[in-house]
Amino acid sequence: MSITHLKNALRRVRCWLPTRVHSTALRGVLLATMLAGSVVQAAPKVEDTIAQRLQGCTACHGAQGRATPNGYQPRLAGKPAGYLFHQLLNFREARRNYGPMTSLVDPLGDAYLREIGEYFASLDIAYPPPQAATATPATLQRGEQLVRHGDAARGTPACQQCHGEAMMGVAPDIPGLLGLPRDYINAQLGAWRSGKRQAQAPDCMAQVARSLSLDDIDALSQWLASQAVAAPAKPLPEWPATRKMPLPCGGVSVEAAPVAGSQIGSPR
Amino acid sequence: MSARLKALAVALVALGALAVVVVMLNVRGEGDLGDEIAATAAPPVGWRATDEVIARGAYLARAGNCQACHSARGGAPYAGGRAIETPFGTVFSSNLTPDAEHGLGRWSAPQFWRALHHGRSADGRLLTPAFPYDNTTLVNRADSDALYAYLRSLAPVAQAARPHELRFPFNTQVALAVWRALYFEPREFQADASQSADWNRGAYLVQGLGHCNACHAARNALGATHGPLDLGGGLIPMHNWYAPSLANSREAGVADWDRAEIVALLKTGVVNRASGLVTASGPMGEVVLRSTQYLSEADLGAMATYLQTLSAHADATQAATAPDAKRPKPNPRGEKLYADRCAGCHGDHGEGVPGAYAPLAGNRAVTMRRPANLVRIVLEGGFAPDTLGHPRPFGMPPFGQTLNNEDIAALLTHLRTSWGNQGTEISALQVNRYRGTR
Repeated sequence: MSITHLKNALRRVRCWLPTRVHSTALRGVLLATMLAGSVVQAAPKVEDTIAQRLQGCTACHGAQGRATPNGYQPRLAGKPAGYLFHQLLNFREARRNYGPMTSLVDPLGDAYLREIGEYFASLDIAYPPPQAATATPATLQRGEQLVRHGDAARGTPACQQCHGEAMMGVAPDIPGLLGLPRDYINAQLGAWRSGKRQAQAPDCMAQVARSLSLDDIDALSQWLASQAVAAPAKPLPEWPATRKMPLPCGGVSVEAAPVAGSQIGSPR
Repeated sequence: MSARLKALAVALVALGALAVVVVMLNVRGEGDLGDEIAATAAPPVGWRATDEVIARGAYLARAGNCQACHSARGGAPYAGGRAIETPFGTVFSSNLTPDAEHGLGRWSAPQFWRALHHGRSADGRLLTPAFPYDNTTLVNRADSDALYAYLRSLAPVAQAARPHELRFPFNTQVALAVWRALYFEPREFQADASQSADWNRGAYLVQGLGHCNACHAARNALGATHGPLDLGGGLIPMHNWYAPSLANSREAGVADWDRAEIVALLKTGVVNRASGLVTASGPMGEVVLRSTQYLSEADLGAMATYLQTLSAHADATQAATAPDAKRPKPNPRGEKLYADRCAGCHGDHGEGVPGAYAPLAGNRAVTMRRPANLVRIVLEGGFAPDTLGHPRPFGMPPFGQTLNNEDIAALLTHLRTSWGNQGTEISALQVNRYRGTR
């Protein structure tokens, strides 16, 4: 082991040590420990990065939050930061109900949750190919119809109205709809429809989900999960200044158009 | 009078006498508190405490972690409504905001004192001991009044208290009266003249507002502990975390720690000891997060002083039972899982990383006789509390979703029997017991 190697290793070790233990004596001990290399096992090489601190997320959400092939837990990488932050808050404050997530985020404060959201939002990782649809052409057609045009008769806005033409969301608060497992989309829309999943009031997605039938939800998740994610695969950087949202959303700081005689949200 | 009638009469008289005793035991020590309550205007008109008293009350409320139980997840602070699961049914915490209808708005200071000290509500009803009045009875009157002042300074929240869902007979005042006659006595904190003022301050906080024994003590079939002095460890009912003994160096006793290390653990949630990183996890992480991190170094030091004498005393009386020094059985499954899933952070030999990851070699939390916490940490993962003194904690992934019971049992057996650790083996059945608990 060369002296340069040792110095580098020492720098790595120092970066995660609390300042108060940076003492010459300690450096001496560490140096001695490393020199003894073959006798005493050196501690694992752990760097103090946000990625390392968030290793806890990767067991379910995959390395760098790229999702795993298990088909349920959603991808985190590249989702808008504000959306991710709001979901972490929603888990901590019981607007979303999934025990493992709630117990993980329970001891964490707002500043850290915001940082976690920003970290995963900053990751630019290629999307895997989409899931093959298992539904009939008629169902897929219905799904696409809802995504692109909504259902005026029921007051269901088109998904694209808020989630963007490319359906990759709008920074910082509106998530993309592509690159997610079918089961996950299905479960989320179902949970919103039944009130099990909530967002900050006014909860626009609850209104939208209540305007959908279970068949509609199936059609939407089938179609969305089967779409390839096209480059640049990123949310729009900001909401277009000239447009208004069709519904007011507590989790999104964009003005909504006045709702004129809309039936959105009436339970079906 | 026939013999039968006579027996009945005797039985009735005996029952009546017993009832009188139970009633007397339930109001003992109240003295002329009733007169004081009657003489005090409720609600107090134009009542206003000094800012200093309110600040002191806020501090004491932190020390008692009142907000943790008296707030629902995502709900308004102190507005109550949190479900407390007990072996006797569910208790819902009360609204402590000064709302006249649903909270403490119409309570007077002596009524509040009676709740803390005697476990009775403003209307005289007996409170359920899910509210730890066996501890709060030790809180002195000045502190009670400061807490009252603080709670009255909060914004009122009009949120109705949800009725408890306790099973019969536990949902009756009679059952509570009997329980209290058996297990509760209002008491003042008695300073021990042979100990320092520091020790006595620590004892007052640990036994009183801190209500440490609510978790760190075993409970009998009726949910009673042996009182605030018993910190010998216990499984937290319904939650299935084991609150380790604070009086045993093989569990969580701190007799051989530096006082500063105890303070650091309570202040920040973690401490780097010579033997490696120690983290407050599970329910203790929550206590640090919401309560102890806000306490002054002086008060935490006082608690440390008290806790150290506690374990020194108990350890001296404890028979030293040397664990079996037998060689571990070959466990290739556990070894491989460890190498694949754990060694990256905890090291090839369980040495851990100072400041980031706890060592597993020589860690008493790994080898402890009751494996509840070890199983749950591996099943559920988690972060150290995100405190002012130690923000942005490192996290551990949950393995409950990706490893089955047999895998986790093999892995934990490996941890408990490797690198000189001499814990017992863990079975898949033991792992299964802790799945799906909160």
